[in-house]
Amino acid sequence: MSQPRQSPWLAALSGLVYFFLYAPIVVLIVFSFNVSRTNVVFEGVVNQGPCGPFYWYCELLQNRSVADAARNTLIIAVTSTAVSTLIGTLAALALQRYEFFGKKSAETALYFPMVTPEIVMGIGILVLFSALFGWVNSMLPPGLRLTLGLGTVIVSHIAFSIPFVTLVVRARLHGFDSRLEEAAMDLGAPPLTTFLRITLPLIAPGVLAGAMLAFTLSLDDFIITFFTTGPGATTLPIYVYGLLRRVVTPEVNALSTLWILVVLTVVGLSQWFQQRE
Amino acid sequence: MLQSLRENRRWQGFLLILPALLVLGLLLVLPLGLTVVTSFAQRDVDGNVIYTFTLGNYWRLLGFTETGWDDLYLKILLRSLALALQTTTVVLLLAYPLAYFIARAPQRRRNLLLFWVLVPLWTNFVIRIYAWVMILRSQGVLNSTLGAVAGLVDLPWQPLDLYPSQSAVLIGMVYEFLPFMILPVYTSLEKIEPALYEAAADLHANALQTFWRVTIPLSMPGVIAGTILTFVPVIGTFVVSDILGGRQVILVGNLVQRQFLDARDPPFGSAASIVLLGITLVLTLYYTRRFGLGEEIAAG
Repeated sequence: MSQPRQSPWLAALSGLVYFFLYAPIVVLIVFSFNVSRTNVVFEGVVNQGPCGPFYWYCELLQNRSVADAARNTLIIAVTSTAVSTLIGTLAALALQRYEFFGKKSAETALYFPMVTPEIVMGIGILVLFSALFGWVNSMLPPGLRLTLGLGTVIVSHIAFSIPFVTLVVRARLHGFDSRLEEAAMDLGAPPLTTFLRITLPLIAPGVLAGAMLAFTLSLDDFIITFFTTGPGATTLPIYVYGLLRRVVTPEVNALSTLWILVVLTVVGLSQWFQQRE
Repeated sequence: MLQSLRENRRWQGFLLILPALLVLGLLLVLPLGLTVVTSFAQRDVDGNVIYTFTLGNYWRLLGFTETGWDDLYLKILLRSLALALQTTTVVLLLAYPLAYFIARAPQRRRNLLLFWVLVPLWTNFVIRIYAWVMILRSQGVLNSTLGAVAGLVDLPWQPLDLYPSQSAVLIGMVYEFLPFMILPVYTSLEKIEPALYEAAADLHANALQTFWRVTIPLSMPGVIAGTILTFVPVIGTFVVSDILGGRQVILVGNLVQRQFLDARDPPFGSAASIVLLGITLVLTLYYTRRFGLGEEIAAG
């Protein structure tokens, strides 16, 4: 059947929604070239120093706090993605392929975080860590005190990512043909070999999609990081939020523009690789 | 023992899910339990938590104070609820036509159209709100554009006073969560068999009847998933209201955050947090029971 013709009204409305989605991003990028330091009104393109119109980008790259925040953000995202992808994939395998006692409750428990507002989870973890650290630190010498920091942020990110990884991997497991595994076993392959040579390659696209989602969630997270972070563990979103309460120079716009470019490149490359396969 | 483990699929399944349950138990269930306990506690003058049982924090939320009845906190709860409902409605009204448009576009163009919906999500949450500050403030992009247009056609013009305000918070929230609605609704719409539309046409249904009796019912799973994915984060947010409301628009999220970080009253903050969770759970449970479970949350 030929596609029914789209109504021009619908096309126009959709165009408007796309405009709504992109106008702020265009504004962000344009204002990263602003000559005005207060960045309220666009007063012309900056042209200063060796970098010319990219003055704010050069300023940004020399900024130590930004470099630190970027490093922390990456460490947190990579670590929490690796761990949550592993744990989440195992859980998805269990839910999709096995029957066990308490499966229904395990399923409910696993999806509970998705209907819990992030702030509730964030302050819950904060309450837990303050109680735990208060108790442990009373027994430790002053030099060895536990505090909020990278470690607490990483475990929190692992916790909120697991349900999303499980959900995505499970969706891909849906059409999985388990006769392939049985065939491998029949041919004498031990369970581990079967898993590594048959199961894993087949579920790899789902696992990769889950990992991508976990990585994006971690990069983007503000609320849970806000409550679990400590001195020396500032991430980029936390850093930008701090700036928003003071003076915002076009440096923040330069940071945003670079951020968009980096993410677009990464996503574009991964799409390109997937299409080639 | 090992032999029986290899044979016993019940144990295998349980062992595979154990790590996930441990992490969620330690970092979700246990923290929530502690929050509940703290919400019944008191604090001393230094802000330390004293674990003696009291219902005082919940009474205070309801408005009972030493000096009489004050509906300050009830108003905050209602405002958050109203704003979350408004945001979800506007998001649905904007997302549905676009999702429909993408779902009925030629097959090869759908992925690209969907890709462009996702790109804004990959900028950062905080940065997206900051972009709206630049647009909405009194000398911002919106007012200067409208002013220039008004000057061209020679109309009287008053700059809009949008930032900071509750309308700015609403716009920011709609912007943040629009893609979360578009994706699941699209997934539902895309699954509808073209044959169903043909059948409707054969039975002399007009466009409006087809939309009302075929399209809408079949897209409900996506709408439900999208509604939950929008409503839950919106009702608990404090960042959008903090930045775009300029500290004037106080929501439950702001209340909770301030109790923990400024007012140093964790017991009261915990009580507010538990009430927030309760409202969210009751509403999502009612909603999913009423309209069926949203299978398409996975798409988002």
